[in-house]
Amino acid sequence: MSLPRAASLTLLALALAALVAPWPFTSPAVGERVVRLTARQFAFDPPQVEVAQGERVVLELTSADVVHGLYLDGYDIELKVDPGQRARASFIADQVGTFRMRCSVTCGPLHPFMIGELKVRPAGGGARILLGASLATLAGLVGLRDDDEALRD
Amino acid sequence: MKRSGTEGFELTARPWLRRLLVSRWPQWSLMAVALAFFAYVVLAGFFGTPVGNRNIAITLVWIAWWAALVLVLVPVGGRLWCSICPIPAPGEWLQRGGLMASDGRRTRGLKRRWPRRLRSLWLQNAGFLALALFSAVILTTPRVTAWVLLGLVLLAVAVSLVFERRAFCRYLCPVGGFIGIYALAAPLALRVRDPDVCRTHPTKDCYRGNAQGFGCPWMTYPGTLDRNADCGLCLECLRTCPLDNVTVVLQPLGADLGPRRGRPPLSIDEAYKGFILLAAALVYGAVMMGPWSALKDAAFQVGSGPWFLYAAGLLLLALLLLPGLYLLAAWIGDRLARRPAGGLRRGFLLAATGLIPLGLGGWIAFSLGFLFANGSYVLSTLSDPLGWGWDLLGTAGLAWRPALTGLVPALQGAALVAGLAWATRLTSRAFAETTESRRAALRRAAPVLLLQAALGAALMGVML
Repeated sequence: MSLPRAASLTLLALALAALVAPWPFTSPAVGERVVRLTARQFAFDPPQVEVAQGERVVLELTSADVVHGLYLDGYDIELKVDPGQRARASFIADQVGTFRMRCSVTCGPLHPFMIGELKVRPAGGGARILLGASLATLAGLVGLRDDDEALRD
Repeated sequence: MKRSGTEGFELTARPWLRRLLVSRWPQWSLMAVALAFFAYVVLAGFFGTPVGNRNIAITLVWIAWWAALVLVLVPVGGRLWCSICPIPAPGEWLQRGGLMASDGRRTRGLKRRWPRRLRSLWLQNAGFLALALFSAVILTTPRVTAWVLLGLVLLAVAVSLVFERRAFCRYLCPVGGFIGIYALAAPLALRVRDPDVCRTHPTKDCYRGNAQGFGCPWMTYPGTLDRNADCGLCLECLRTCPLDNVTVVLQPLGADLGPRRGRPPLSIDEAYKGFILLAAALVYGAVMMGPWSALKDAAFQVGSGPWFLYAAGLLLLALLLLPGLYLLAAWIGDRLARRPAGGLRRGFLLAATGLIPLGLGGWIAFSLGFLFANGSYVLSTLSDPLGWGWDLLGTAGLAWRPALTGLVPALQGAALVAGLAWATRLTSRAFAETTESRRAALRRAAPVLLLQAALGAALMGVML
């Protein structure tokens, strides 16, 4: 494998790692955080929740209209709630990233798109995206040199 | 394997595969099966439950078929789906006068030529945008999905009876435009072994047809075919060529996206297709995968004030904002490179080259998220396709559960990173090959590369 190709692939891997790998520049937090969510067709309120890595998170779900559910990607946690009732689940936010909260009970036409977000990332997500996009662009540019070498050969 | 006259490995050098492709039966059988599923889906849309994720019309089309199309068929096979698509089948059978007709000298209908002024992607662009404006309703309402699919078949039949060949596929089908533009990145291609053989061949059977098959339904002359967008992989030319000069090859990824004899790889209507699809990927990602309920409500409540705002926003992004940003980047690049040859129009079209891998990466990321989150609905509706309480396969009661939620973001990230890196490489190469000096090419490309990186970051922000 040529040097530019190897460098390009390495940069691609780094770009991907910057986007999705655990972020090393944070110290795990401790403590408990109660997150109160209200489900209604077809949204969670609040739609985005941010917690610190390492926090114990207590999810409290209520419904404002029909039966709803909440499935948390990555943590495999599920709640179901009838209107006027309350459901709870707790977990340690040990995985860093953005995790979608999805309604798990068919609740109407836009049910598959009833999505909220739980962000577990003390460091700015913008930094990851900026780094990922920059590294991907750089990988493309370095890859060009591989083309040049192939052409010269 | 034998290397063909074009760049790539010749698949049809294997006799058994060539025989399989030349025979009409395998392709016809797949198309017939697809048509049966199509009819089933339309009936389910009309008569099944109105709950989208409980009706196979929604789950089979918008989850299973769409994922197969975007994740496998287009990136690998280009227009492979077009070769078995059921939508043009009834019209084509009427036009040919039989289900398995093979004599290309006999066709029916008015056989008018498609108007010269309409030989572009503009109608397909308009059709895709029209569907995109109503996508939240189409994707969630079985009856609307059924009407859209039925409408496409009826339109294809009408066009087949009035115009020659597959004018519907080439110039009208909104999905065909999507497939065609991204097929430019795909390795599977139909090409001729030696263009000189075609040039000197007097009868041009591949275009006119003969007793073995029909003249190119896609109105392309295979002898000069050099890009996947113009070929529907229907394989008629493989059957009609008396000189055995047509072949199916696996070419390098993105081989169709290099400058063509010094010209940019995309025309202006194709560049706009790229803008529309990139805008749609961004907006669909925000509507269907984002947490913004006001945006979802606006997209769904067709005819309401918020919907008009949503529609205006989508149109503005696709038709003005993205092209405007690319034009600005190309203009700045031209200034930095001190007005290189070709001018702003060429710079704009060269800049648009990167839209193909960037947009494709965005659509792959979107489809991955959609498939793994909602795939279990497909399994349950296979058992209870109409939502009437059946349990044909014992999977009707399968609980909804998203799959691989820990892995999917990494796969989506990989698609987006690869798409952006590939876009950077292609765009840089396109400028380098059409600009006098390397230094000028780099200056010319720099603003476009920055814009691409920003759009790649926007896709990452929406999808991840």
